[in-house]
Amino acid sequence: MDLLLGGVCKAGESKRLETGKWRSFRPVVDRNRCIKCGKCADLCPDSCMEIKEDGAEVNLYYCKGCLICMRECPVKAITKEVEEK
Amino acid sequence: MIVDREGEKEMTMQTEVKELHAPGHRACPGCGCAIAVKSILRETGPNTIVVSPTGCLETFTSPIRGSSWEVPWIHSLFENAPAIATGVLAGLNAKGNPDGTKVVVIGGDGGTYDIGMGSLSGMFERKDDILYICYDNEAYMNTGIQGSSATPLGVGTTTTPVTGNSFGKTVEKKDLVAIALAHGVPYVATASIANLADLKKKVRKGMDNPGPAFILMLTPCNVGWGYEPEETVELARKAVETGLFPIVEFEDGDLVSALKIRPVPVEEYLKPQKRYQHLFKNEKFTDVLEAIRKKAEDNIKKFDLV
Repeated sequence: MDLLLGGVCKAGESKRLETGKWRSFRPVVDRNRCIKCGKCADLCPDSCMEIKEDGAEVNLYYCKGCLICMRECPVKAITKEVEEK
Repeated sequence: MIVDREGEKEMTMQTEVKELHAPGHRACPGCGCAIAVKSILRETGPNTIVVSPTGCLETFTSPIRGSSWEVPWIHSLFENAPAIATGVLAGLNAKGNPDGTKVVVIGGDGGTYDIGMGSLSGMFERKDDILYICYDNEAYMNTGIQGSSATPLGVGTTTTPVTGNSFGKTVEKKDLVAIALAHGVPYVATASIANLADLKKKVRKGMDNPGPAFILMLTPCNVGWGYEPEETVELARKAVETGLFPIVEFEDGDLVSALKIRPVPVEEYLKPQKRYQHLFKNEKFTDVLEAIRKKAEDNIKKFDLV
């Protein structure tokens, strides 16, 4: 691993770390029920939720599977599935 | 896991996420603190320097070649974050601070209630224009759940164990809001991750306020409190609804707002958490449960929450 002078870290370098590997459950969005309120995007600790034109989309590269989005979704558009690898 | 320089390719692939607190950080799944920090930085914007004492936040955001900060960030020791912030502010002021850069401290309860208490008191006394935000998860979580002076009555931790006749922590948590008010801090507030609009409004007020500002947030921790990760926000909400964590706001020492609640029984907040389970299993601890109930009632009366 090469370090920068002084061990300086670049801003936002954590983005290359794939925290999605920690997941045991995966959130699944039902695009037909999603009302695009953005609550899941606001409450996701890992900023995985993005509100696209046809509904919320999960960024599975970072999603740790905490399922706060599923619990807090006001229209229950998010369900969970066991992650199989 | 450390990806070497070849990992750069992955990094460029995943950069669509536009948050000042980048994903990929090492927080546990369902971390309340990570939600808080993301929301705080959305409001402060990029023209901010963040100072953190040692704690969960510092640990999970700053492994070598894995910093999740997109704003300038500094950490020195456990006890001196407010003093560092004063130094950063003095440096900015010496240079004229042409961009109006703000200094914000985000620290945990260990660095705020216990170890950094002295330097925090100094920062309040000097009336430095710094916003101090404490995310309170009510114990030293990243070293293995040792009790802090923010740990509430009756909570089992590794240093306030539940065995035989001992029911966990024997005393109430410190009233940090009152301590800040006693210093004459012009803006003091509490906020919750269950009400992000209110949190952002308070962060904005704290930033705009000349002189020190202090915001206390309760950020549930599924590892230390013992609940399912998905319940983080739910428990933060329950803490408010029971009256155990009142959402209040003080300007120049006067209570200017308090979030009205429809009180729910404290059991709804306590029962999902493993750290309170012994209070329900053992009848000799009912007076502890009663004391927690009374605490909620006192808060409701004190701040007129109903």
